[in-house]
Amino acid sequence: MSTAASELMKTPLNAAHRALNAKMVDFGGWDMPVQYPAGIIAEHEAVRTKAGLFDVSHMGEIRVKGPGALALVEHLTPNAVSKLVIGQVHYTAFLYENGTFVDDLLVYREGEQEFLLVVNAGNIDKDFAWVQQHAAGYDCTVVNESPVTGQIALQGPLAVSILQPLTATPLDPIGYYYFTHGEVAGIKCIISRTGYTGEDGFELYCAAGDTEKLWNAVLAAGTPKGLIPAGLGCRNTLRLECKMALYGHEIDDSIHALEAGLGWIVKLDHGDFIGREALVAAKAAPAPRKLVGFKTLEKRDIARDHMPVVQDGKQIGFVTSAAPSPTCGFNLGLAYVPTELAKVGGTIQIEIRGRAVNAEIIPTPFYKRAK
Amino acid sequence: MFPADLKYTKDHEWLKPAGDGTALVGITHYAQDALGDVVFVDLPEAGATFAEGEEFGTVESVKTVSELNMPAAGEIVEVNAVLADHPEAVNEDPYGKGWMVKVKLAGDLSGLLDAKAYEALVGAESH
Repeated sequence: MSTAASELMKTPLNAAHRALNAKMVDFGGWDMPVQYPAGIIAEHEAVRTKAGLFDVSHMGEIRVKGPGALALVEHLTPNAVSKLVIGQVHYTAFLYENGTFVDDLLVYREGEQEFLLVVNAGNIDKDFAWVQQHAAGYDCTVVNESPVTGQIALQGPLAVSILQPLTATPLDPIGYYYFTHGEVAGIKCIISRTGYTGEDGFELYCAAGDTEKLWNAVLAAGTPKGLIPAGLGCRNTLRLECKMALYGHEIDDSIHALEAGLGWIVKLDHGDFIGREALVAAKAAPAPRKLVGFKTLEKRDIARDHMPVVQDGKQIGFVTSAAPSPTCGFNLGLAYVPTELAKVGGTIQIEIRGRAVNAEIIPTPFYKRAK
Repeated sequence: MFPADLKYTKDHEWLKPAGDGTALVGITHYAQDALGDVVFVDLPEAGATFAEGEEFGTVESVKTVSELNMPAAGEIVEVNAVLADHPEAVNEDPYGKGWMVKVKLAGDLSGLLDAKAYEALVGAESH
């Protein structure tokens, strides 16, 4: 079923990854580095203790601009868009009428009536069509900038000290989930203090043609401090430890925002948006299932994505994401289970290759960085 | 990368005959590279017997899990105890410290590939 490498989409850094001896995989139709020679554990630890550099150019960027832009983005997403100040970012979603997910995304407020929507690579076409479809009647333009935009993510406690020498923009004043425009290594960028790892760090957006120069400059500046390139393998374990949702796992078109534990992005008192009615109803009637974090008790019991949660031989839920956790040192995961079982300290059973294995429900996120 | 004194399976295990009716079994460099960082190797107890091709354990990496299939029929006479605390030996030294089980052979080895045939197989898979 694997697609030939020649048919896969490539980011502007494809040659750079190959030069670094990355192991490349088909990630939702993109030819992406899953790891470099250091390996997933070393890359994971570098991000937690020093810094890692990710290519996230596959992510999609949709720009909405014009007198009707704010109203359109408010109509499309459940978070309080009007509360964003220019230069601020928030996490939100596109929802269907029934409250389930089209996708999750970041909204950047570039101006009073200008927004950059950053969406998942695998959903770019679907999301762009979704925004266009709903834009009728709103006085604004909707442009898919994904093909002309590159993005890299510098993540880890040393991110500021690595990046600051490359830019005249003072980085310390940029708060978490804020951004600014500036130059890094002479390249025009959006410098965004955001990420998908649970560490401090920056996501840098630039013109696609500048991406390799930017990547090389940041890598060269950071290497003496312990920065290493980091692949999608550790991006997954890092985000999982922080219980950050991944489309196709914790969220999709069969799961609504409240059962996913994302009630905090749903502002029901902040105007109308697609999916609001369904979520008002869902809030009145408690969800029959809930997303919980678990750890398995034996070293050999390693749960994996999509394994069933069972009780008395019957499936009662499913694992969304699971892995051995490099930071926590045990095997953890996230799963949807019936709400009556979703209590910290409780035990659930996961079927691992035909064996029902005990797992304890534990608090999440599994990892939180020291402030 | 594929020592000439070993025999190989299409599933990326290797077998090294000791000459006394026993053989060591492990996974190849190609297999450990595909798995990435190994974090756990689940192996049987000594005394267990397996048919050729039968699953005798699993190897778990950070991102995935893979079954281990017996290259030849036999009885487990020893398990590599080092792997319990140092599963990374499978990545670092797949043909040496990363061996998995020692088997008392009960069948012949005619179904196995030599290094040249295995290399050709791996070359075909990675292109």
